[in-house]
Amino acid sequence: MSGFVSAGGGRLTGRRLAAALTISLAVTALIALAAPLVGVATEAQGRRFEVLGLDAFARDHPYHAILWVRIPRVLASLLVGGALAGAGCALQALLRNPLAEPFTLGISSGSSLAAVLAIRLGIEGAFGGAGVGGAALAGAIGTLVIVAHLARVGRHLPPATLVLAGVTMSMFCSAASVLIQYTSDFSEVSRMLRWMMGGLDSMRLVAVGYATLPILAGLATLLWYARELNALAAGPEAAASVGVNVPRTELVIFAVASLLVGAAIALAGPIGFIGLIVPHTLRAILGPDHRVLLPASVLGGAVLLTLCDTLARTIAAPAQLPTGAVTAVLGGPFFVLILVGQKRRAALWGRG
Amino acid sequence: MAWLELRGVTVPLGDRDVVRGVDATADGGDFVVIVGPNGAGKTTLLRALAGLVPVRGDLRVRGHDPARVDRRTIARQLAYLPQQYDLAFPFVVEEVVLLGRYANQRGFGLATEADLAAARAAMRACDVGDLAHRRFDQLSGGEARRVILAQALCQGAGCLLLDEPTAGLDPAHARTIFATVRAQCDAGALAIVVTHDLDLALRHGRTMWLVAGGRLAARGAPADVLASDATRAAFGLHIHVGALPSGEPFAVPGEPA
Repeated sequence: MSGFVSAGGGRLTGRRLAAALTISLAVTALIALAAPLVGVATEAQGRRFEVLGLDAFARDHPYHAILWVRIPRVLASLLVGGALAGAGCALQALLRNPLAEPFTLGISSGSSLAAVLAIRLGIEGAFGGAGVGGAALAGAIGTLVIVAHLARVGRHLPPATLVLAGVTMSMFCSAASVLIQYTSDFSEVSRMLRWMMGGLDSMRLVAVGYATLPILAGLATLLWYARELNALAAGPEAAASVGVNVPRTELVIFAVASLLVGAAIALAGPIGFIGLIVPHTLRAILGPDHRVLLPASVLGGAVLLTLCDTLARTIAAPAQLPTGAVTAVLGGPFFVLILVGQKRRAALWGRG
Repeated sequence: MAWLELRGVTVPLGDRDVVRGVDATADGGDFVVIVGPNGAGKTTLLRALAGLVPVRGDLRVRGHDPARVDRRTIARQLAYLPQQYDLAFPFVVEEVVLLGRYANQRGFGLATEADLAAARAAMRACDVGDLAHRRFDQLSGGEARRVILAQALCQGAGCLLLDEPTAGLDPAHARTIFATVRAQCDAGALAIVVTHDLDLALRHGRTMWLVAGGRLAARGAPADVLASDATRAAFGLHIHVGALPSGEPFAVPGEPA
């Protein structure tokens, strides 16, 4: 039993690929355009849900400035959502494990530990928010190196030892984070918790600018390895026998996926569930071929996080909910619905 | 230069030498069947030939050390059918077979007409053409085995390394698979097949390697190897080799030696 849920259907044809990507791109473009236009106006007589027209993009529109506060946030949610879902999809394939995602591999916890440490040591005061973001990225890379080193057997990264090393690192880093919080003062703890909830508020365009190129390059690299990920579905030996350079593929996918997660966490803090539910949901609709599943997951993750973030900043306005909490609260039940629907249609839990 | 050359090949797994000091050669057109008791080192020897485990000694596949050549280059010359094939994602049969075309594809690798033709021919040869749109994880064990064999055939490699291709197959399909492999050899391919089906090995194989205790204990024409003392000692059984009234040879395991 694989534990993966998937649609049947035939092989991937150019037409199927084009149709899936056109629809995904169109939905993403629509959400990207609409999200900054949506907001809540707070006035003397109460709160008012408000949708701006496209004319708000014009320079002389009264809401033009507000739009430009929202745009970096929307761009960030698109990037972060795409990076998390793309990385989750690739890691599930590489590790042949339906639970694989940045959290189970310890990358998120390692990154959080570094951010908490940065806040505790006052790096935030010295370098501002970028200091914590940088620390989070360094934490992600450091965790990646340690986990890969712990899990490596010969030239390979066996899925079981990798997940075991990841979960162990995750527990260690979480415990260390708790200890650091315990020895911190109230204001530091408050900032640590706020960061660990994950959020995109007060996003600056310059931060988004720094993250754009690395994230897009990382996603393009994953996409380049889509066929190798398909072949790896049967395990490293079967993949090698059809011609895949398995050690190189394992290293590239693991490193690129981890850096994507690191960049996403540096930008938005740890945001859970996107990397898990988006690939699973789309696999149930599009089938397991990564040539279509991977790009669709990237776009799906971008759309889902943008929707969740728009909800997070409007539903309790003027208060803003942590985006990470919204993704988890909405994502959980949605995923359950998908699973129940699939199981009703047939025994689609793989073999058995 | 022979297609396959082994000189003093030893394969260590952990702290044990599972295959020890094997010397052998095989060439295009040959159909080598490897027989031997469980745990004798047959699968390890086959994996070594495929370049999947490091070896000591000198191993050459078409003049190259398979552990040092790019996997894509090896895959165009050599297809390997593993004993176990566990697919994590529920691909459909056609997709699984087309995975065998990896080394022949470029870029994004959408199936070309040539890929589809190779896949269809391989599926016909393995009698899985009508399963093309079925999910791989919902096939029976024997059907899945035939699909994986089709994947190996559609790789288009001149050298086939097959580890128990007929395990779990009914007698008719097992016979068809051996006949298909034999036809590939008649057309110039080299097949090296690990099997426990001594009868099929005798009927279709051209050369037999007996592996026992990690060593190549005997090799030669299948009828001679099966009737040898080495085979009797390896299995602890008498193997009866005979001919049907039609002249067809057969082999059946007999009483303990």
